[in-house]
Amino acid sequence: MNLKAVYIHIGWFQMSVTNLIIVIGMVVLFGLALTLPFPGNSKGNKKGKGRK
Amino acid sequence: MNDRRSELEAAPWSGRTRRYDLIKEGVAALVVVTIATVALSTLFGSPDDKQITFKEWAVAAPADFYATTVQELAGSSGTGGYGAPYNTASDGVNLGPLHLAKLMGVTHPVDTVNDFVITPLTTVVNSGPVADALKQWQSSDSKTQAAWATNYDNALTKANQDATKVPSGNYGPVPQLSGGLLSMAQAGSLDGALLSQGNYFQSDNTKQTLFMGDGSYFNDQSTASNLQGSTWGMMNETGRYPGQAWLWLYSFWYQIPPFNNGDSHPFGANADAWIMVIMGALSLGLIIMPLIPGVRSLPYKIKIHRLVWKNYYQEENL
Amino acid sequence: MSIMQEKEMWTSKLRKSWQKTLPVEKLLPDTQPAYVASWIYLFGVATLASLGVIIASGIVLAFEGASWYHYSNVGHFINSMHFWSVQFFFVFMVVHLWGKFWMAAWRGRRLLTWITGAVAFVASIATAFTGYLIQTNFDSQWISYEAKDGFNSVGIGSRFNVTNFGQMILLHVAFLPIVLGVITMIHVLMVRAKGVVPPIDAFNAELGERK
Ligand code: HEM
Repeated sequence: MNLKAVYIHIGWFQMSVTNLIIVIGMVVLFGLALTLPFPGNSKGNKKGKGRK
Repeated sequence: MNDRRSELEAAPWSGRTRRYDLIKEGVAALVVVTIATVALSTLFGSPDDKQITFKEWAVAAPADFYATTVQELAGSSGTGGYGAPYNTASDGVNLGPLHLAKLMGVTHPVDTVNDFVITPLTTVVNSGPVADALKQWQSSDSKTQAAWATNYDNALTKANQDATKVPSGNYGPVPQLSGGLLSMAQAGSLDGALLSQGNYFQSDNTKQTLFMGDGSYFNDQSTASNLQGSTWGMMNETGRYPGQAWLWLYSFWYQIPPFNNGDSHPFGANADAWIMVIMGALSLGLIIMPLIPGVRSLPYKIKIHRLVWKNYYQEENL
Repeated sequence: MSIMQEKEMWTSKLRKSWQKTLPVEKLLPDTQPAYVASWIYLFGVATLASLGVIIASGIVLAFEGASWYHYSNVGHFINSMHFWSVQFFFVFMVVHLWGKFWMAAWRGRRLLTWITGAVAFVASIATAFTGYLIQTNFDSQWISYEAKDGFNSVGIGSRFNVTNFGQMILLHVAFLPIVLGVITMIHVLMVRAKGVVPPIDAFNAELGERK
């Protein structure tokens, strides 16, 4: 990790590959969090009062 | 939004519930994050590029150190002409007619001549010529001192920082003083003297940092590590480590016009102040985002929430 | 003591309003509304957990001093934990923020929950920034040199001097973590007091709207 960093450079945009990995990682985490099924069966759920 | 809906959303939930163990969830999160942190720490360690000392600078780039010292004596360095909070040499950065730095005054006085050069020189035993030069300097009035230093500074700049190519002139003791400080720095005694300024306890590195920043050596190291603000350096870290990616928006403004237009352009010269104001406003915007028309309606229009609550919407036929 | 007197006591007033807004059943419930079923809900806790690791590793570093990690292997490891947990902290917090935005989680008088969260975000950036300034290495030399211009330009530099190591280390290990800790605590307690925000379409039927 102490090697010289690699950069993506397009016009005015410039970012180190490491930072890019982290940013993409955040977007991926967000996407997975929204799409992966959440464990836990709904059968254990209690019916509340007053709602259909 | 209508009040009735808000009322319902604020009321305690009376619909279906599910078992949920908050404490177990918290402990699990702590365990997972701890393991992940230990793993990355073991695999990658952390960045720690060695600090630059004045000794390192003076040994590695003596001509640069020498020329910077001359500039400090002449008051032509970056710090010398900075203005508030260090001195009154200029009005500093402005927001149009607003000179906020100047308004707050000189709260951290820095006298480049004495703090950076003369006082440190008085803390060591100098060789004959340097000691004589110091005496000559101290017994002259400030006008003469400034004239000597400016003459030599200009001549040295013309000679491309090569002291051996400077023609003789009315420089007073300036060459000897600068040479004396160079030897002192090379020997390693300037680092401590700059910090302590004749005191015992000292925890303020302002003077060292300003002096070091006036030279090229420090700046060149930072350029080599891609840390310059004009090339997104704010987000970067030394080596291949992740930097402060959360500063992307702050860093962004420095890359685009009019803020990257250079010091001759009013927005380029005062980019620091304008960008600080922009980021202050945007931060406030984030804090009160739910009150901002348009932005606060986005979640209703782009229905990402249907993914979050897809099970519930399915079960309730919503 | 008459009932009248008891009513006027500050202590009893505080107890009653506390019991009303945040009884222990609300603080530590064993059920959640049925709609709390998505991985996105874990990012608040993950942020909190990362903050826990940051504080724990930070306390060790504080006991050993700011330069310890340059020459001790254990020190370097603890410093690495501090460094990486901060990266996790921000990653989780940003995903958390995105999630809460798209859920419009400020609905139903939860504005202050959003506000305390966003203030925590800003306070975290300030805290991390001062941390970068006290690494006692090249990075902190450079960051302090560059950043001073930003703060000086609007006069903040007159009071907040980033090149003053002593000031930065005190702010980083004392003042800012206390501010961040208190805001975070208020934030989390507010979530518990208000309950998790219902889905955007949850009350369409009650309000006579279709879908
Ligand atoms: C120090 C950083 C933070 C910590 C430790 C933290 C922690 C938490 C926790 C544990 C929860 C409850 C669980 C969950 O829904 O994820 C929560 C909820 C929430 N957070 Fe944060 N948070 C932080 C920053 C933020 C930020 C930056 C925002 C947005 C600007 C935010 C907005 C919210 C909102 C609106 C809720 C309530 C959601 C609801 O009622 O369903 N938080 N936070």
